[in-house]
Amino acid sequence: MTAILPAKSVADRLTTLFWRKPKLLLILLITPPLLWLGVVYLGSLAALLMQSFYSIDEFSGMVIPEFTLKTYAELLRPQNYDVIFRTLLMSAAVTLGCAILGFPIAYYAARFARGRWKAVFYLGIMLPLWSSYLVKVYAWKLILAKEGIITWAAEATHTSGILNAILSLPGIGGGSLSTSYIGMFLVFVYVWLPYMILPMQASLERVPTSMLEASADLGATRAQTFRTVILPLALPGVIAGSIFTFSLTMGDYIIPQIVGNSANFIGMAVYQLQGTAGNIPLAAAFAVIPILIMLVYLWIAKRMGAFDAL
Amino acid sequence: MSIAVEFRAVSRHFGPASAPVRAVDAVDLTIAEGAFFAMLGPSGSGKTTCLRLISGFESPTAGEICIFGENVSNTPPHLRNVNTVFQDYALFPHMNVRDNVAYGLMVKGMPRSQRYAKAEEMLALVHLDAYGSRKPAQLSGGQRQRVALARALVNEPRVLLLDEPLGALDLKLREAMQDELKSLQQRLGITFVFVTHDQHEALSMADSLAVFNEGKIAQIGTPAEIYNHPKSRFVADFVGSSNVLPPALTKQLGGPEKWASLRPESLRLDATGPLRGTVTAIRYLGAGHRITLTTHGTDIAAILPAGHPLPETGSTIALGFDATALHIMDQA
Amino acid sequence: MHSDRASWALRLAAIGGLLFLHLPILLIFLYAFTTEERTYAFPPPGLTTEWFAAAWNRPDIWEALSLSLKVATVATALAMVLGTLVSAAMARATFFGRDQISLLIILPIALPGVITGMSLRSAFGIMDIPFSTLTIILGHATFCIVIVYNNAVARFRRLSGGVLEASADLGANAFQTFWHILLPNLGTALLAGGMLAFALSFDEVIVTTFTAGQQATLPIWMLEELIRPRQRPVTNVVALIVFAATFLPILLAYYLTRNGSETAGSGK
Repeated sequence: MTAILPAKSVADRLTTLFWRKPKLLLILLITPPLLWLGVVYLGSLAALLMQSFYSIDEFSGMVIPEFTLKTYAELLRPQNYDVIFRTLLMSAAVTLGCAILGFPIAYYAARFARGRWKAVFYLGIMLPLWSSYLVKVYAWKLILAKEGIITWAAEATHTSGILNAILSLPGIGGGSLSTSYIGMFLVFVYVWLPYMILPMQASLERVPTSMLEASADLGATRAQTFRTVILPLALPGVIAGSIFTFSLTMGDYIIPQIVGNSANFIGMAVYQLQGTAGNIPLAAAFAVIPILIMLVYLWIAKRMGAFDAL
Repeated sequence: MSIAVEFRAVSRHFGPASAPVRAVDAVDLTIAEGAFFAMLGPSGSGKTTCLRLISGFESPTAGEICIFGENVSNTPPHLRNVNTVFQDYALFPHMNVRDNVAYGLMVKGMPRSQRYAKAEEMLALVHLDAYGSRKPAQLSGGQRQRVALARALVNEPRVLLLDEPLGALDLKLREAMQDELKSLQQRLGITFVFVTHDQHEALSMADSLAVFNEGKIAQIGTPAEIYNHPKSRFVADFVGSSNVLPPALTKQLGGPEKWASLRPESLRLDATGPLRGTVTAIRYLGAGHRITLTTHGTDIAAILPAGHPLPETGSTIALGFDATALHIMDQA
Repeated sequence: MHSDRASWALRLAAIGGLLFLHLPILLIFLYAFTTEERTYAFPPPGLTTEWFAAAWNRPDIWEALSLSLKVATVATALAMVLGTLVSAAMARATFFGRDQISLLIILPIALPGVITGMSLRSAFGIMDIPFSTLTIILGHATFCIVIVYNNAVARFRRLSGGVLEASADLGANAFQTFWHILLPNLGTALLAGGMLAFALSFDEVIVTTFTAGQQATLPIWMLEELIRPRQRPVTNVVALIVFAATFLPILLAYYLTRNGSETAGSGK
């Protein structure tokens, strides 16, 4: 037998070619997905950016394909400015709500859940993350309705007074939960909560038990260990989660449409401007805002080390 | 006897051409057919890269590699008639032991009954006849290693490459496998080339070896040659626990002003001996004692057989040796 | 040791949080059987299965369902091919522009859906591409690639490079190695990625509204019912169907990968 076996088939020859030129295989592998993402996705983003520099003829409603900053100037009108401000405020509130509500779940799942309970928590967080977004929103429409389960529960426990007091709060109250900012906030927190829990849990799981023991060993009380060791180490996870909750709230247009007092949000503005109003340039300009905000947000998050928790 | 593997000025450089990392640097090497050849060196010395150059997972930046006289520099791994036992064994986790062993025969198109018969034969050779249906995850480290061995040997390679084959095994198992590998190689007559950083393993198993340092071969020869006549300080230092004497000390002991090596076991207590110094440590070795002596700022180790009266730590003693034991090295 | 047990307050908050995540969905099940037609009254005045029959006889639901299935199937198939290719390239090699490519893969789900949707809408507008099933698939496949990629790349990394080299060493050519070694080891991860991509596509509504034109996928049909309700109990039944159609693939994906170090679905 010789030291070199003969190349018998086309497959053998191709393998030899890939071995001699490893870059060739890499290029063959990566070209189709890169073409797709490059053309379909980046191309579309470029189109969006281009459209945002066009303007619309106010009489004919036709898009004028000429470069102008007029559309961006329109964003600064008070009613548009309000939309942006309201969206950011809601995004921040939802992020905070998710962090507070999610922390105990993430902390328990990461530190105390073992065996079967670990699986329960894992599935318990993952299933709502993936299950139908629209169905979840719909479920809340049922819950928050004036004739729905919350009103019923309040009556059954004789706490309708408290519910009405909450609903009569100025600014965030409303006729019923489903037509108030409180209701909208609740739904937002509900649908994005798993996105906050998972990175938080991941970063908490990376805190070694020995470090907590060391802290206790050095005389820290449980509360001190929590405040000085666990919280700072969980922070990158919270920031990573906040990227999702903030970004998703900012771009959502379904929830403000279904729950709430029909106040406008960025996502809704984009949807309505491109649809019924037919003002695609202004819709595009509106859509650029979340991109810019998220770029700044990601830059800050990266500096704070949040990407290690993803 | 013909030459199994030959390196002609082979280099393998990594990184940019302007500042390359010379993993293997202009190495010339011949390995005789039927040899049990060891490549010994510290990590990063280029020994594993040399092995991968033979198997084809690395291509030479310069030079030629020949296997049985044929230049394989342009042949991909799957067409080279050599096989490898990988360091972590690299068994296929989704296949049972029998299918693992028969894999090489399957991809060559051998019918199932025939290749299974061969696989069973090979499993018997490595004493794993009863394990054909197990998955690799159900085996111990030593058993996995035997499967890896059987999987490579079933292809009847002309050269078998072994990458730190015993590194993952515990001491007792390692010694048993050393004997087994050696007898297997003698029975099959296949050329074995194995990489190790363990000098005892290299010295006890190989019939010739190359010591690697920084991408070059520091010395090549039989275990006895390398152990007794190291060419350089590096080899003397790395192979065994030889005393390395600086030129000034060599001269004092009656040699030329050159680096020299002196084996610890060639030293003996001798009141008139030329090596005079303070005892700094004594260690019990079972078959004897190892004492450390400091003289002119150099630590010298000596192994004294059991039964001798021992000096005390801190005392001043003298050691003597036969003139032939002092080995003068050509290179620094 | 003091840190072994959680306090009652923490346990209560954690379990309360889990219930908060799950109870609302259970409510959908109840409402699918209510006899109340015009409001969301709780508790339901009575229970009936007639809405399942009503939904069964609605051709618009069947149309939407079949469009959703078609879109999800084609988009998943495309995403599996593209996602596997890119993960194969990214798992091993280091090359110039690697970080940029990984950012590009993640971008379609990192940015809010409204941006992906609006971008595609702008591009179709500029290029005069009419809305069709194809434009929906185009959008879905784009954000499904990353789902398949995430699942496959983790498995690629875990699969020690040694086994691929061992295969070549034993005489297998690249295609034999792919077929006998790579595919069996990658299989469940790919399948899990496909399941999740299918669930995501089947359920997607935000990007779809921008790329669908007059066609309605099942989520779009539901959205329209939510904004302008016609027959509320029928919508409840459809919600139940949509939930089941996404829930089952997710559960399957979990069971396919739960023994690995990387479990499917830990990132969306």
